[in-house]
Amino acid sequence: MALSGMRGLSVFISDIRNCQNKEQERLRVDKELGNIRTRFKNEKGLTPYEKKKYVWKMLYIYMLGYDVDFGHMEAVSLISAPKYPEKQVGYIVTSCLLNENHDFLRLAINTVRNDIIGRNETFQCLALTLVGNIGGREFAESLAPDVQKLLISSSCRPLVRKKAALCLLRLYRKNPDVVNVDGWSDRMTQLLDERDLGVLTSSMSLLVALVSNNHEAYWSCLPKCVKILERLAKNQDVPQEYTYYGIPSPWLQVKTMRALQYFPTVEDPNTRRSLFEVLQRILMGTDVVKNVNKNNASHAVLFEALALVMHLDAEKEMMSQCVALLGKFIAVREPNIRYLGLENMTRMLMVTDVQDIIKRHQAQIITSLKDPDISIRRRALDLLYGMCDVSNAKDIVEELLQYLSSADFAMREELSLKAAILAEKFAPDLSWYVDVILQLIDKAGDFVSDDIWFRVVQFVTNNEDLQPYAALKAREYLDKPAIHETMVKVSAYILGEYSHLLARRPGCSPREIFHIIHEKLPTVSTSTIPILLSTYAKILMHSQPPDQELRKQILAIFNKYESCIDAEIQQRAVEYHALSMKGAALMDILAEMPKFPERQSSLIKKAEESEADTAEQSAIKLRAQQHSSNALVVTDQRPANGTPPVSQLGLVKVPNMTNTDQSTAEQELPHLNGALTVVDPQPPSTPSPDLLGDLLGPLAIEGPSGTAPQSDLGVASGLEGGVAAGALAIAPVEEQTNTVQPIGDIAERFHALCMKDSGVLYEDPYIQIGIKAEWRAHHGRVVLFLGNKNTAPLFSVQALILPPSHLKMDLSLVPETIPPRAQVQCPLEVINLKPSRELAVLDFLYKFGTNVVNVKLRLPAVLNKFLQPITVSPEEFFPQWRSLSGPPLKLQEVVRGVRPMPLAEMANLFNSLHLMVCPGLDPNANNLVASTTFYSESTRAMLCLIRIETDPADRTQLRMTVASGDPTLTFELKEFIKEQLVFIPVPPRAAAPAPAPAPVPPQALPPTSSPTAISDPGALLAGLL
Amino acid sequence: MIRFIILQNRQGKTRLAKYYIPLEESEKHKVEYEVHRLVVNRDPKFTNFVEFRNHKVIYRRYAGLFFSLCVDITDNELAYLESIHLFVEILDHFFSNVCELDLVFNFHKVYLILDEFILAGELQETSKKAIIERMGELEKQE
Repeated sequence: MALSGMRGLSVFISDIRNCQNKEQERLRVDKELGNIRTRFKNEKGLTPYEKKKYVWKMLYIYMLGYDVDFGHMEAVSLISAPKYPEKQVGYIVTSCLLNENHDFLRLAINTVRNDIIGRNETFQCLALTLVGNIGGREFAESLAPDVQKLLISSSCRPLVRKKAALCLLRLYRKNPDVVNVDGWSDRMTQLLDERDLGVLTSSMSLLVALVSNNHEAYWSCLPKCVKILERLAKNQDVPQEYTYYGIPSPWLQVKTMRALQYFPTVEDPNTRRSLFEVLQRILMGTDVVKNVNKNNASHAVLFEALALVMHLDAEKEMMSQCVALLGKFIAVREPNIRYLGLENMTRMLMVTDVQDIIKRHQAQIITSLKDPDISIRRRALDLLYGMCDVSNAKDIVEELLQYLSSADFAMREELSLKAAILAEKFAPDLSWYVDVILQLIDKAGDFVSDDIWFRVVQFVTNNEDLQPYAALKAREYLDKPAIHETMVKVSAYILGEYSHLLARRPGCSPREIFHIIHEKLPTVSTSTIPILLSTYAKILMHSQPPDQELRKQILAIFNKYESCIDAEIQQRAVEYHALSMKGAALMDILAEMPKFPERQSSLIKKAEESEADTAEQSAIKLRAQQHSSNALVVTDQRPANGTPPVSQLGLVKVPNMTNTDQSTAEQELPHLNGALTVVDPQPPSTPSPDLLGDLLGPLAIEGPSGTAPQSDLGVASGLEGGVAAGALAIAPVEEQTNTVQPIGDIAERFHALCMKDSGVLYEDPYIQIGIKAEWRAHHGRVVLFLGNKNTAPLFSVQALILPPSHLKMDLSLVPETIPPRAQVQCPLEVINLKPSRELAVLDFLYKFGTNVVNVKLRLPAVLNKFLQPITVSPEEFFPQWRSLSGPPLKLQEVVRGVRPMPLAEMANLFNSLHLMVCPGLDPNANNLVASTTFYSESTRAMLCLIRIETDPADRTQLRMTVASGDPTLTFELKEFIKEQLVFIPVPPRAAAPAPAPAPVPPQALPPTSSPTAISDPGALLAGLL
Repeated sequence: MIRFIILQNRQGKTRLAKYYIPLEESEKHKVEYEVHRLVVNRDPKFTNFVEFRNHKVIYRRYAGLFFSLCVDITDNELAYLESIHLFVEILDHFFSNVCELDLVFNFHKVYLILDEFILAGELQETSKKAIIERMGELEKQE
C-alpha cells in the first residue's frame, strides 16, 4: 500500500528496496544525492512540489544512515513557504535534520514567531512543534512570552494549548533563566482545572518540571493534583477515548503522582486523607490480569503509587503493605514486574528504614543475581549493594565474589567496585577485608581499579594487627602460577613493608621473598617496576644479618636500571643504589610508611560520582539528600584549594604557603565575627587527597611526618567560657583534651539544620552525628544518628542534653560503645513550653584510642521549628492587625545593619523560616507582610503577623513590626527575625573574605535622614492603615 | 523524558528516528547502531528494559520491528512501554493493519503522527481518537 501521494518519492524508495546489496544501495543513493544537489543549485526552475519531494528524499536518505551535508538551507527555507503542504515538510524535515545548535535555525526564528502569533491554527501547531522539539536558547528568548500566552488563551483550541504547554516545558527545561515563570503558580492552578485531558496531560508534564525546581511556589497545585487523581483513579470520570484497556489514562495518573512526589509533604489533613484513600485503592485494587497491556498499564500506576507512598512516609501499615507487594513482585516469573520489584525495593531503601524486612528476601534476590537477563542482574546487584550492612555483609560479598568469575564483562567492573566498597564499609574483621580484596584482584584483576588496591594498602598500613596476616596472604598469592599484575603490585608493596614480620616462616626469608617477587619482574609493565624496586630496597634493609649475596643481586638490579629510559624507574634506581651504600642511614630513610590519615574512601567517592542524567532532578534523590544521615561516610567538605573552612569551633588552620595579605585577612575575619579563634600557622593536616601520589611517590623521600601536625592542637585553651554574645553566634566550646579536628564547619552545619530537618550535625574523622527531625505543633521528634566511621569501636560514648528552660527534652539511652562501622539511632522527644530563643546544647563525649573527644553542639530546636506557615486573606489580616494595637502585643523596631538583600531573597528567607510571605496584602512593593502560627504548650496555637518595611535607597535598614496575642512571643519572635536579618552565615567555602559582618557600621543613617519622604517607613505605615 | 525514539527492523534499518535532545549526525548514527545491537538479540522472555549509557531503553518488538524509547532512569518504565503500544495501535488504526512497508513508504506520515503523539519528549495526547481525527484534518489541507 503506497499512500505517499508523491510518485517520485515512492519510486525512489522502491529502487532502494530493490537493491541487491549495500554497494548497489550506496550507488543509488549517491546518484540521487547528486541529482538533488544539481536541482537545488539552480533553484529557479524548482516548483514548490519538487522542492518538497527532494527534501523528503533527503530525509529518507538520512534515515538510511547516509550523511547529508547539504540541503539544510532548502529545508529551512520551506518553513517560510506560504502554503501548508510545503510549510509542513519544511518544519518536519528541519526538526529531524537539524538540532538546536545549528546556525541555520536562526534564519527561521522570525518566520516561526510569525506563525506562532499568527491566526492560522495549523501553522501555529507546526511552529510550536518545531520549537518544542528543537528550540534552543534564542527561541526561548524571543518566543517564551508568546508561547505562554497561547497556553492560557481562552480562544485557542485545546489542540494548540497542549502543544504550547510542552513547547514551554522544553524552553523552560533548557533555559530556566530565560523563561519567566514568576506568578505562574496561579496559572498552573487554573490549568489543572482543565477538562480536556490532552491539555491536562501536557500541563502536568510542565508542572513536574516547575515543581521539581521550586515546590514552594506551587503549593496551591497540590490539592488540585489530588483532585485529578481522585477523578481518574477513584471516580473513573474520563471520556471513553482516554481510557486504556479500561484504565483511566494511566499516563496522566503516573504524571500526577510524579508531580506530587516533589512536594515534601501533604499538610492539609483533608487532602492527605483523600490522597491516601486513592493510593490505598490503587495498592489493594491492582490485580494481575491476562491481558498484557492492561496488566502493564495498571502496574505502571501501581509502581508510581508505591513511590508516592514511600515518599509520603505513610503510616506503618501502608508501608508494610508496600514492602509486602514488592516482596511478592521480586519472586514472580514475569520479568518486567520482577525487574521493577527489585528496582523499587532499592529505591525504598533510600527513603525508609525497611532494611530488616528486605533482608528476609535476600535468598530470592540472590537468585535474580544469576538471572539470564542482564537487566535483572543489574537491579539485583544494586539491591544487594543497597541492603548490605554489618549483619549480612559476609554473605553478600561472598555471593558477589562467587558470581564475579562467571559474570559477563559488562558487569565485572561495577561488581568488583561494589564488592570492594561493601567489604570496606561492613568488614566484621579486617583480615576478612584483606581476603576479599585479594580475591577480587585474583579473580578479576583487569576490572579492579587502582583505587581498590590503594585502599587495601592504606588499611594494612594503618592497622598493625593486620600487617603479618596481609603479608602472609600476599606471599601465598605469589606462589600461584599466573597472577595478575595488580596482584604483583599489591603483594610486592605489602611484602616490602612487612615481609620481615614473617621472617621465621618457611619460604619467607628475605632472599626467598626477593626471588619470588623478582621472578615476576620480566612480566610486568613499566608502571609496576618502580614498586618492585622500592620493595627490593626495603627487603635489603630488612635482611638482618646482612645477606651479602642478596645485596649483590639487588645492587646489580639497581645498577641495571640506572640507565633506564623511564625517568621514574631511573630515579629510583639511582637513589636506592646510592642509599644502599649509606648503611645505617638507610634505616631511617626507608623506615616503614607512616599511617595514612583517615579520610573518605575514594572508592565511595567514585561510586557516588556516577551521576545520572535526567530531565528533572529525581524526586527520590532530592529526598535522599535530606535524609543523608543514613550514610556513614559523607563527603569531606574541605575545599579543593586546600584551605580548610573557617571554623567557628576555634581551630582554624591557615596554610602558610600562601602567606599573602589575603590570608591575613582570612585570619582576622573570624575575630571580626566575634567568634574566638586560634590561628594555627601550620600547613593543613590533610595531605593531598590523591592517593596515587602517596603510594607511588618515591618511598625513600617520605619521612615519618604524618602524625606530626596533629600534635599541638591543644592550644585551643583560652577558649573555655568564651562564648560570644549573640545567642546565635555561640560557638561550641572545645575542651583542651580534644586533638580531633571536626570535618566541615560546625556552625555552618547548625545553621543549615535550622532551616531544614535533616542533615549532619557534626563530623570528625571518627564519628558522624546526623540528625533527622519531625516537628508537629509544639512537639518535636528528633533522631540522632551516631555513626562510627572506623574499623575500631568508639568507647565511653556519652550524650547529655542541656535543655533551656522552655524546652522539655527526653533523650533515649545512648549506648556506651558504638561498634565499628555501625550506626546507632537515639530518639529525642522535644516539647516546647513557651516562646524563647534560647538553645539546647548536646554535650557529647567519646573515646577513641587515647583520644577523648568532647564537643558541645547546639541543637537545631530553634524557635522557627515551632512555626507553621499560614496564609491569611486581607479579610483576616487587617482586623487582626488592628486589634493588636500596640506594645506589648505589637512591637516595632527600626533595625540597622541589615544584611543587604533583594526583597525576593528576603521573602525566600522568611518562607524558609516558616514565616509565610503573603504577597498583595501590602500595597507598597517595598514591604513584606508575613504570617505564621506559633505552637507552644503555654500559648497553644497562636497567630503571628509580621510586617517589614524596607527602604529601597538603603537596604541596610528596615522597620519591622511584629504582632501576636502573647507579649513574650511578640518580643522573642521580633528578636529572632532580627537575628536572621543581621546575621551573616559564614560563607560556605570561607575562601573569600566576607563583607563587613553584623556589628552596626558607625556611619549608619539616622532614621529620619532619608532623602525622600516617600521612603520614610513611618509615612508608609500610615498609608497601610 | 524521552530522549529519542527509534523504529528499526531486525536488520537494523532505521524506519523512524526522532531525537528530543541535540545530537550530531554521526552521534545519531552511532546511537542507532548501538540500540539495535542492544535489543536485537535479547530473548523474548527478558525484560523490555535495558540500560543504555546513562539512560535506559524501553523497547518492544512487533513482528520484525523494534520500537525503542530512550528515557531517564527515574522514569516509569511500564508507562513508557505502554505508550509504545498505544503508538502502534494508532499506526495500526491509521494504516488499517499496519505493516513495515506502510511505514517505509509513508515515513513522512509517521513523523506527522508522532508529532501529534509526543512533543518535547513528553506525551502530548493519549487519545487514539483525537490523533486519528487530527490526522484527518491535516490530510484535508494537503
